[in-house]
Amino acid sequence: MTTAAADARVRDSGDPMVPRRYAITRVREDTRDTFTLLLDPVNGETLTFRAGQFTMLHAFGVGEVPISISGDPRGVDSDGNPAPLEHTIRNVGAVTRALVNAAPGTEVGVRGPFGTSWNAADAVGGDVVFVTGGIGLAPLRPAILDVLNERERYGKVLLLYGSRTPGDILYGSEMRRWDDLNDVNVQMTVDNAPYGYKGKVGFVTELITRAGFDPRQAFAFVCGPEGMMRAAASALTGRGVPASRIRLSMERSMKCGIGLCGHCQLRELFICVDGPVLSYARLEPLMKVREL
Amino acid sequence: MDDIRILTPTDLGTLIVELRTSGFRVMGPTRRGDAIVTAQIRSVSDLPQGVGDTQEPAEYRLHDRDDGAYFGFAAPAQSTKPVFFPAEEVVWRGRRDHERGGHFTVERDTVDAAPIALLGVRSCDLRAVQIHDQVLSARHFRDAHYTARRDGTVVIAVACSHPAATCFCASLGTGPRPAAIDPQTGQPSYDLLLTEVIDDAGHRFVAEIGTDAGRELADAVEAAKGTETDRAKAIEITDAAAARQTRAIDRDNVHGVLKASAESTRWEDVASRCLACTNCTMVCPTCFCTTVSDVSDLAGESAERHRVWDSCFSADFSYIHGGPTRESTTARYRQWITHKLSSWQDQFGMLGCVGCGRCIAWCPAGIDITEEAAALGRMSVLGSPASAAMT
Repeated sequence: MTTAAADARVRDSGDPMVPRRYAITRVREDTRDTFTLLLDPVNGETLTFRAGQFTMLHAFGVGEVPISISGDPRGVDSDGNPAPLEHTIRNVGAVTRALVNAAPGTEVGVRGPFGTSWNAADAVGGDVVFVTGGIGLAPLRPAILDVLNERERYGKVLLLYGSRTPGDILYGSEMRRWDDLNDVNVQMTVDNAPYGYKGKVGFVTELITRAGFDPRQAFAFVCGPEGMMRAAASALTGRGVPASRIRLSMERSMKCGIGLCGHCQLRELFICVDGPVLSYARLEPLMKVREL
Repeated sequence: MDDIRILTPTDLGTLIVELRTSGFRVMGPTRRGDAIVTAQIRSVSDLPQGVGDTQEPAEYRLHDRDDGAYFGFAAPAQSTKPVFFPAEEVVWRGRRDHERGGHFTVERDTVDAAPIALLGVRSCDLRAVQIHDQVLSARHFRDAHYTARRDGTVVIAVACSHPAATCFCASLGTGPRPAAIDPQTGQPSYDLLLTEVIDDAGHRFVAEIGTDAGRELADAVEAAKGTETDRAKAIEITDAAAARQTRAIDRDNVHGVLKASAESTRWEDVASRCLACTNCTMVCPTCFCTTVSDVSDLAGESAERHRVWDSCFSADFSYIHGGPTRESTTARYRQWITHKLSSWQDQFGMLGCVGCGRCIAWCPAGIDITEEAAALGRMSVLGSPASAAMT
């Protein structure tokens, strides 16, 4: 008769449900409600990740939230030293409030990285169009850094960025640096501007129709609120970019990050393992149905 | 495994003793209040002998039987799901040390080590376990606790002789006799399959052997040899049970029907009846959605992460900052039935419904999954009116 081994049935090491400990080295205030958490591992090396992946960030005793990693996938700073793990988060709930208000040195839990990648290298040889709004720039930043790291392998690189107000612009100085030093065509627009604002006012999708890129050779990476992504993807296909060359990062409720809890399902997709980055060719029919 | 054995009711008692002596935690049907549930079986007297059930939309009643049958009922109120996948369990326990800058430690909870013997599991529920094996234990990431609890399970299945009015396993090919082989893994579905026979020749169980472990169990209780006539009798009983089922799901077309029905007007109709109470998901043997809750003490020094069954019918389920993705009951019912009867197949290669009928019996509004699927079929060009109307 089969008898079950009673010992060591559950291995603790590398268990995807157990958070690893990271210490907060700094909380950087990016805008009035958006902060970047810089984390160093308490034991061992920092995790390696691919652009587009996310982790489950845990505030001890409060809870856990899925957050895209916003740092450089190379994992090193400009001097070649291990870079802290970066997450840019909006202070909108109990867990994010606990995370952004934590003092340096506080330990937080990290599970992951989970999910699919932007795989920006698929765009090599053609133009690259990043379309994003608000905090949607954070999950795209690792892909932008991947492209800029090998800038010469790509054609034109465009970053079309929309935010609610000029005060909500994320990574503003870094975007200007990309424009100045890395030959990135950065175009910004805001939904609402104060009196005297000199920049562009309007929706980010309006930038797509006039942007200078070759749609037949281009790859587009889109991240933002779902309505904005739907409009952006539609504008991109309208310009002639094939749906298979448009990628979106989807947001859904997630409790496990590993395809078990069921919360993130979008019909047959588990966004946490099949996504968050998915081809618009796959998403288009699903995004057309309300409340799917 | 062409071997047929015959167990007497006394042998059934001996079988339970044998399993317990071998270190198994025996889980099977027992009466608790006015329902049959799945719980630990310590002796044959724990089985619901002489108890039958009536199940209709929004109705579940027990009644006495005069034949002394041990398994004279249909799907128990709760399936075997909680045996391997409890409604709430601790994932890990952690402690934080305020003296040392919030340093914390986390310890993974481990499961009770005793292997499980499923006694008297119905074909529908056994199929549901096989489906859970695929969902929770066969993909890249596994549920560690589920996988540990499933390790070394012995299955003594009982073919269903008394389907309820809510049952439709025959239409889905998931019962009333379990398939000998799990189609996903190619492994035997059961160690022993019992069919309870009560006739002029007496009260007995025809035992079909599924594995060597099953044969050893039959040997251990010194079960008598049976014949092909006994097997024919067993098959006659399950054939009759299949023939008595009046509800059905059109297995061949339902996947396509649901996929094509996302914008059907039927959703408003069913949502006007659905209370979004989550009962169907709580009694469903395949529903696997869970949430986590972090429980901490007031000082914030110790915390536990609990994994708790969740339901796609709750408003919280799809909540992200800004509001739930599926705000209306219309969208939530559509999600549930579409997952069961269509997208589950895309995800895991089989339907997520085993035809146990619990969602029909335990729905306070009596919403009937077979009726909804048939209505969607009739309203869809893909529907097959002939089989949808099979009642």
